[in-house]
Amino acid sequence: MNFQIFKSRNFQTALILLPVWYIIYINLQPLTDWFIDSLLGMDKGAHFTAALRFFIFEFPKVILLLVLIIFFVGILRSYFTAERTRKALEGKKTFTGNIMASLLGIVTPFCSCSAIPLFLGFVESGVPLGVTFSFLIAAPMINEVAVILLYGMFGWKVAAIYIGTGLSIAIIAGWIIGKLKLEKWVEEWVYATKLGESDCEEEKITFSQRITMGYDAVKEIVGKVWIYVAIGIAVGAGAHGYVPQEFMASLMGKSAWYSVPLSVLIGIPLYSNAAGIVPIVSVLIEKGASLGTALAFMMSVIALSLPEMIILRKVLKMPLILTFVGIVGGGIMLVGFLFNWIF
Amino acid sequence: MNIQVLGTGCPKCKSLEKATREVVAQNNIDATITKVDDIMEIMKFNIMTTPALVIDGKVVVKGRVPSMDELKQLLTNKIYFL
Repeated sequence: MNFQIFKSRNFQTALILLPVWYIIYINLQPLTDWFIDSLLGMDKGAHFTAALRFFIFEFPKVILLLVLIIFFVGILRSYFTAERTRKALEGKKTFTGNIMASLLGIVTPFCSCSAIPLFLGFVESGVPLGVTFSFLIAAPMINEVAVILLYGMFGWKVAAIYIGTGLSIAIIAGWIIGKLKLEKWVEEWVYATKLGESDCEEEKITFSQRITMGYDAVKEIVGKVWIYVAIGIAVGAGAHGYVPQEFMASLMGKSAWYSVPLSVLIGIPLYSNAAGIVPIVSVLIEKGASLGTALAFMMSVIALSLPEMIILRKVLKMPLILTFVGIVGGGIMLVGFLFNWIF
Repeated sequence: MNIQVLGTGCPKCKSLEKATREVVAQNNIDATITKVDDIMEIMKFNIMTTPALVIDGKVVVKGRVPSMDELKQLLTNKIYFL
């Protein structure tokens, strides 16, 4: 351990901010009650009071969780780069490769606009097609925002179920795509592309710089998603008091077997980031949708998106895109049915 | 100095190009800036995350948009070498 770190401004700021975060977080409920009951003096029984109380409590809670966890994820991610991940996956065969790729898909920094160079970089340097797919499925599906929001609104069990089933889908779907030998459905030019010499050596990063990367991640991600979280929770708060309890039961409830495939189909063209979809899912569940159906809907919205497929169409022929959607969509449906059956 | 901004047209790539042009203009740096959109050209630099900044054929930034200060440092340091 290098004690130099204690002199870094970044590190000192983090040390001060952590307890401040904790004090605010544990006092959110009393603060909310004080604000609603004493400061505003609102009517305790009214629907609007309940809705406002829900929003005033949930919104800061979710934002606080996002800030803390994205900060640490930002630091963690500074240890992973696309190049290192590729090196780890080169020449990996079958199942082990799919498992590794799915796990690395969670932690490697990835933005969907880099999907094409990443795909080319992987396939060209000998990462098998199926293993590449495991990465491309896991990376968007199991993202930190989705997991944090699930944890914040449903608790750790649902978050864990989401991670577990999402990983399984990425591993198995990638493995199947590998077994099917679909290289013929990759655009010819992909294999003809020559990678240049890689002359960019890994930069040496100090821990203080990694902390900066954590702060940057918070600024970038929370700065982008807070508005979706606010809207999602506001919709949730509105539905809280006003929409009847069993509103969604007939459409997305357990008894309707077709609800799972229907939710997946509706979710594919819908494109939303996790921040917008989780609060909506929480409303669906509260109003009578079953957990399996709601999870399937959420996964379908996040993991299968039209814009991403349009990007991937540049490197993949249509049959491969359809196979990819079919296998992942099928996996999501299985998850939906499984959880409707268990719970 | 020859500056290339690599990116297929995502929002981050545009903001990197814009920031680079600003820094070059503000500091009177003698440079030609080209935007590389073609994926085949981009892959010749063997990068997997965009956007990327290339100065005289060498990749100096990839997968992120550096701050104005960092950009200034990257671009002006080069001048001292020349």
